[in-house]
Amino acid sequence: MTRTNLMAGTILATALSAVIATGAAAQTELSMWYHGAGGEVESAIINRIVDDFNASQDDWAVELQSFPQGSYNDSIIAAALAGNLPDIIDVDGPVMPNWAWSGYLQPLPLDESVIENFLPGTKGEWNGELYSIGLWDAAVAMVTRRSYLEDNGIRIPTLEEPWTREEFDAALVTLEETGEFQYPLDVGMAWTGEWYPYAFSPLLQSFGGDIVDRESYATAEGALNGDAAIEFGEWWQSLFERDLVPGTSQDPADRETGFVEGKYAISWNGNWAAVPILAEYGDDTLFLPAPDFGEGPVIGAASWQFGVSATSEHPEGAAAFIEFALQDEYLAEFSDGIGLIPATPTAAEMTENYAEGGPMAVFYELSEEQARLRPVTPGYVVAAKVFEKALADIANGADVIDTLDAAVDEIDADIERNQGYGH
Amino acid sequence: MSRSRLTQSNRAGWAMALPGFGLIAVFIILPFFLAFGLSFTNQRLISPNPTEWVGFDNYRQLMGLGVLTLEPERDEAGAVIRDEDGAIEYPRLRGFTRGNPDYAHLDGMREWLSWGWGEDRVVVLARDVVFMTAIVNTLTFVLVVAPVQAAIALGLALLINQRLRGINVFRTIYFMPVVVSIVVVSLLWRFIYDGNDGLLNNILSALSFGVFEPVDWLGNPGTALPAIMAMSIWQAVGFHMVIWLAGLQTISPTLYEAAEIEGSSRWQTFRYVTWPGLRNTAVLILIVITMQAFALFAQIDVMTGGGPLDSTQTIVFQAVERGYGKQDISGGSTISVLLFLLVLTISLIQRYLTRERS
Repeated sequence: MTRTNLMAGTILATALSAVIATGAAAQTELSMWYHGAGGEVESAIINRIVDDFNASQDDWAVELQSFPQGSYNDSIIAAALAGNLPDIIDVDGPVMPNWAWSGYLQPLPLDESVIENFLPGTKGEWNGELYSIGLWDAAVAMVTRRSYLEDNGIRIPTLEEPWTREEFDAALVTLEETGEFQYPLDVGMAWTGEWYPYAFSPLLQSFGGDIVDRESYATAEGALNGDAAIEFGEWWQSLFERDLVPGTSQDPADRETGFVEGKYAISWNGNWAAVPILAEYGDDTLFLPAPDFGEGPVIGAASWQFGVSATSEHPEGAAAFIEFALQDEYLAEFSDGIGLIPATPTAAEMTENYAEGGPMAVFYELSEEQARLRPVTPGYVVAAKVFEKALADIANGADVIDTLDAAVDEIDADIERNQGYGH
Repeated sequence: MSRSRLTQSNRAGWAMALPGFGLIAVFIILPFFLAFGLSFTNQRLISPNPTEWVGFDNYRQLMGLGVLTLEPERDEAGAVIRDEDGAIEYPRLRGFTRGNPDYAHLDGMREWLSWGWGEDRVVVLARDVVFMTAIVNTLTFVLVVAPVQAAIALGLALLINQRLRGINVFRTIYFMPVVVSIVVVSLLWRFIYDGNDGLLNNILSALSFGVFEPVDWLGNPGTALPAIMAMSIWQAVGFHMVIWLAGLQTISPTLYEAAEIEGSSRWQTFRYVTWPGLRNTAVLILIVITMQAFALFAQIDVMTGGGPLDSTQTIVFQAVERGYGKQDISGGSTISVLLFLLVLTISLIQRYLTRERS
């Protein structure tokens, strides 16, 4: 090829790509923020969904921007204060009512029929309207090894017949007495933040208490400092007093690897941590349901979900993207990629781990049967912080009743200062 | 006229100062006045509710105190009931502080301090015990860190104020922690203080041939604050050492020569030549350390989060925790204003105590 020809070819190519670019510009741009920056697999999947969507139709072009999870909520709040919210945002389930109430989110215009098969924990509803929908849910279970229990003559609990409080306590004491473990149980005190209300408030609910009174959402009195809550608090404190559980100064590294290294016999942990454990222990791994402390076994529901910002000028476009992302294919891909529970049974069948008989299928059942949402109120954000501090203080030996009373006062004062959070 | 030349060059001067002044105005002066204003409202970080003027409510909420004298529980005969250890039993406080119409002024308060008074028990109640604890912790921190850090920094400055080969190596080493981000330093010290196999525990048990029982430095209410003090002193000591050093180098060598000729001892030289020469430096350092110590935040945020049992709560940490974590901007602002008043008072007292006496 001569030099002139080469030039001409280049010009042609440039012109061609310019034409293609103009074609793309005909699509209306939708901005989207996502919390998963840094996760390689996660980013690859979400990018693929966005590319597929942009290629599948000519009206909308989604522009994705990812944030690290630690600073995501702050970024959203800052953007909202500055009036700069993107069209599509993802939101942690329990935080959603706060953002909806604050006017960051608008109701999601999604047809009922699209999500009728979805796990209850994936649907973000507040004030009778759907605001957000999740592609997955997360679940918590007691992870242990079959051999630990069988060697020590401990009954293996089932979904139908979980451990009672006495059985659970006896099991911990038995495991402690073997002397093989630093601690028989690890509940993850090193994971400060949302983990506390997510993982521990279900235990309180199983005792019969709660973070706030869910009838009125106007007070925590009686729910967080009633007899059931005090009983829970005393049991919680006893775990640490009897040295059955590592305390608040647990090394985060031990939390990540302690169970696999054999330091802990049982780990109260999320399904996202299950993949490396399965890789280590294989068939010997057991995922046990939460114990029943009187009011039935409970675990927390709801993970990250997608919604449309209130300031979006194209809610129909945003909803179109969200509906597109809700295909079983993508739910299954997220599940296979990062171990999350797919939102629909049909998607679960397509996954490696959650298909019937799969090693983590039990999580799907747990999520379906035991999962309960954290209090659905804009006040949750503050109540969760208060709850976290109360549980840390009780673990460190503070007076149970006084601590719970103080937590109730703080939550009530916050509800009052916010004029009842619109309930 | 010379006046016009002055205004002209002033204009250029102002133009050059503008970026600096502008930033200071927007990010320091404006927030300062905003904090004052917001502390009298119920402003939230995010909320659809309109902001309302609430007067001194936030201050009352933070500073409210009450005193209650508890009488011991008595049986029917009027004798004092004691538990198995012989300690007198008192009625539970929640009977007084929760919805008791006879003690409405104590409603929602919590026990802060208490002591025995004969058979009775005097209880000081606070509306916000965590904030009270934060004030006490911060003052303790300042009272320990200011003199100790200043003294160690002076010691180091005297050590490196010599003409020795390679003295710059030592200067660099002492100054190094100052250059590293406090967040990084805090993370490292979290490993050092680790309760199981932290460096400090390992060193102490090696030095004592295994006699030393490992201590969970940051997980123990008794050791958490001292641990953070030690680490903070180490981290910033190099900075103050450099200021001392600058002060030392302003002292004229002729004074030392004269003292030497007069046959003064090392201590006398320090006491009568060095120390008087460092007077202004000392005032500066004391004020700077005090103000920095009051601003204690990053170490707490990274290392303990205010725990265990509030033993490391501090004023600034509480301000951030409330304003941002609990979305209560008015509460956070109120704490900032109180901190400002506190630091201002203490600085004025320091100024008065260290004034030039003529």
